[in-house]
Amino acid sequence: MQRHLTSAAELSRDDAVLILDTAEELARLADRPIKKLPTLRARTVVNLFFEDSTRTRISFEAAAKRLSADVINFSAKGSSVSKGESLKDTALTLEAMGADAVVIRHPDSGAPHRLATSGWIGGSVINAGDGTHEHPTQALLDAFTLRRRLVGAEGQDLAGKRVTVVGDILHSRVARSNVRLLSTLGAEVTLVAPPTLVPVGVEEWPCEVSYALDPVLAKSDAVMMLRVQRERMRDAFFPTEREYARRYGLDGERMARMPEHAVVMHPGPMNRGMEITAQVADSPRCTAVEQVTAGVSVRMAVLYLLLGGAEPAGSPTPAGTAGRPADAEESA
Amino acid sequence: MATKTLITSARVLGGEEQDVLLDGETIAEVGTGLDAPGAEVVDAAGAVLLPGLVDLHTHLREPGREDSETVLTGTRAAARGGYTAVHAMANTFPVADSAGVVEQVWRLGRESGYCDVQPVGAVTVGLEGRQLAELGAMHDSAAGVRVFSDDGKCVDDAVIMRRALEYVKAFDGVVAQHAQEPRLTEGAQMNEGAVSAELGLGGWPAVAEESIVARDVLLAAHVGSRLHVCHLSTAGSVEIVRWAKSKGWDVTAEVTPHHLLLTDDSVRTFDPVYKVNPPLRTEADVMALREALADGTIDCVATDHAPHPGEDKDCEWGAAAMGMLGLETALSVVQHTMVETGLLDWRQVAERMSHRPAEIGRLDGQGRPIAAGEPANLVLLDAAYRGEVNPNGFASRSRNTPYRSLELPGRVTHCWLRGRTTVVDGKLA
Repeated sequence: MQRHLTSAAELSRDDAVLILDTAEELARLADRPIKKLPTLRARTVVNLFFEDSTRTRISFEAAAKRLSADVINFSAKGSSVSKGESLKDTALTLEAMGADAVVIRHPDSGAPHRLATSGWIGGSVINAGDGTHEHPTQALLDAFTLRRRLVGAEGQDLAGKRVTVVGDILHSRVARSNVRLLSTLGAEVTLVAPPTLVPVGVEEWPCEVSYALDPVLAKSDAVMMLRVQRERMRDAFFPTEREYARRYGLDGERMARMPEHAVVMHPGPMNRGMEITAQVADSPRCTAVEQVTAGVSVRMAVLYLLLGGAEPAGSPTPAGTAGRPADAEESA
Repeated sequence: MATKTLITSARVLGGEEQDVLLDGETIAEVGTGLDAPGAEVVDAAGAVLLPGLVDLHTHLREPGREDSETVLTGTRAAARGGYTAVHAMANTFPVADSAGVVEQVWRLGRESGYCDVQPVGAVTVGLEGRQLAELGAMHDSAAGVRVFSDDGKCVDDAVIMRRALEYVKAFDGVVAQHAQEPRLTEGAQMNEGAVSAELGLGGWPAVAEESIVARDVLLAAHVGSRLHVCHLSTAGSVEIVRWAKSKGWDVTAEVTPHHLLLTDDSVRTFDPVYKVNPPLRTEADVMALREALADGTIDCVATDHAPHPGEDKDCEWGAAAMGMLGLETALSVVQHTMVETGLLDWRQVAERMSHRPAEIGRLDGQGRPIAAGEPANLVLLDAAYRGEVNPNGFASRSRNTPYRSLELPGRVTHCWLRGRTTVVDGKLA
């Protein structure tokens, strides 16, 4: 494992499987009366959010707290950032306060990469979503959920599983991270969207592209529905909400054409009636709520593997490899 | 300073070694075994002597952004790069859209003494693309403006562009177009293609340049005007300009050094030093641009020297300013991409970096042959030199070069502006 997690493309198959296996072990904690590990005691994790995202922020916050880290939430709203402070000065401030890890959500693609490579901070950088670039922990939690539902066994990848991702691929960091990670894990990915919402250059991605949803349903082990913003209509990406829902929305009738074992995924928040009907969203085949739970376990695993076993901020840079959670439990 | 200078054994235009005698502001004699008692002697054995370079596209930033460059620092950078004349772009604060501002820039250039500064006038008031600026007044001013450009912005309104092309015919002017269809480039951050798809950065499609170039060559043909296309960046634009020239239309084009060398692959670093407009394109585009510069489809190299202060680049990609330095590295990049690849010889480099840009800009006394009686605007180049680019040594006030630590060939050792040295032994005089 590297010191940072800025892109799903950086993860090898073994890295990814290690994160998923670690997440499984950490998930078992949730069933215990005391849900906390002392692993990251005296370590500081900063949630640096330049974009509103309550869901992702509280997921990272819960993950860090269950590992006993001190958590500082820094949101751009009402901070000096809105007064024009640069990312660099914000980073230097956090560094001076002794952040061991910075979880960053930023509207500009590449901002986490910049933070990790600029030398402004010494701690680990974890990308919690940057512009339309990547959202690697979302892809990891999706892979975690898929593996539980479709494979079951730990230590395994997603070889041969067919995953269909439907929606606004062009503007989706979730899609970009998923294409990278799922293909690394051996899954076969098909993207489905109107041609306007597929990026020019997609030919080089390790996946198939279909402009129609119906032909791929029967061949899917999982169908991941992406949120489609209604505002895209104004830029002529599609004519009307209704036309989008008719051609690319997942309703009960379409879900019935999926194989029996196949699941429906959604990263949330859902636009019910747009990309997904209430009937599908509330069906037992929809994993949206499981994905939220998986998010905490996966983010714990990422924090654990990036920071675990290392010295607190200010100490020499640790080796990336950490002990397994079992060891940590013993020391507790 | 001696009034006579004897440059001995210089490879004039990269050819046989010859001596060149400068007397006052002019070249007195070119030949072998010249003798000039009392003259200052510059031993140029093996070095390449070219006419002083002429840049059609420089951002000197003054007035308004003196934190990034001034006319003085910009012309010092120009001299170090081998330039004896630069065209100062109009996107200053205030915009150079009136006789007053162009005369101010022209006067600052005269005072600097490092190279001639020919102000470019804005095509439209405030670069807003709606109302023609007083083009005639700028031409009639002391600055004598002949090149007009809204560079940084495209004159996208077809009627305004047509009128501008027509109007400047009255004084042999030329409109230099920044070809960028604005609607197709809203939110654009880099070349649209495989890399932008992967990085999730807003795409700047080639068609946004090519559609404007196509429209403009047709407009220029229709009204019988001169058109110059700034910083051509795509293989498709090359095809359109080639076609326009084959029709005999009066269309010229420039390419920047960075578009001859760098590709959008660099953007994977998310380092804003690679953020520029038009954006870095693909390898195929780079090769097409080199070929077009070699065969004359592209007339000249222009730097688009665009200084920015550190804070405008030391940030995330989306927040960064567009543009990169060019003056102090242009000749080295051209040597690297065009001469060492066998695409151009030094005589052709002189054509594309001195004669043609001076001709397009209608600059008197620049871009002239190296011959007796001609103005002594010259640059001496140690072409055998190789070294890493070190921005700390730049004369420019800014440091936003994409070539930091890159090994490039060639080093300007001397530069003369009308017989007066501006650079001696690689240092500003």
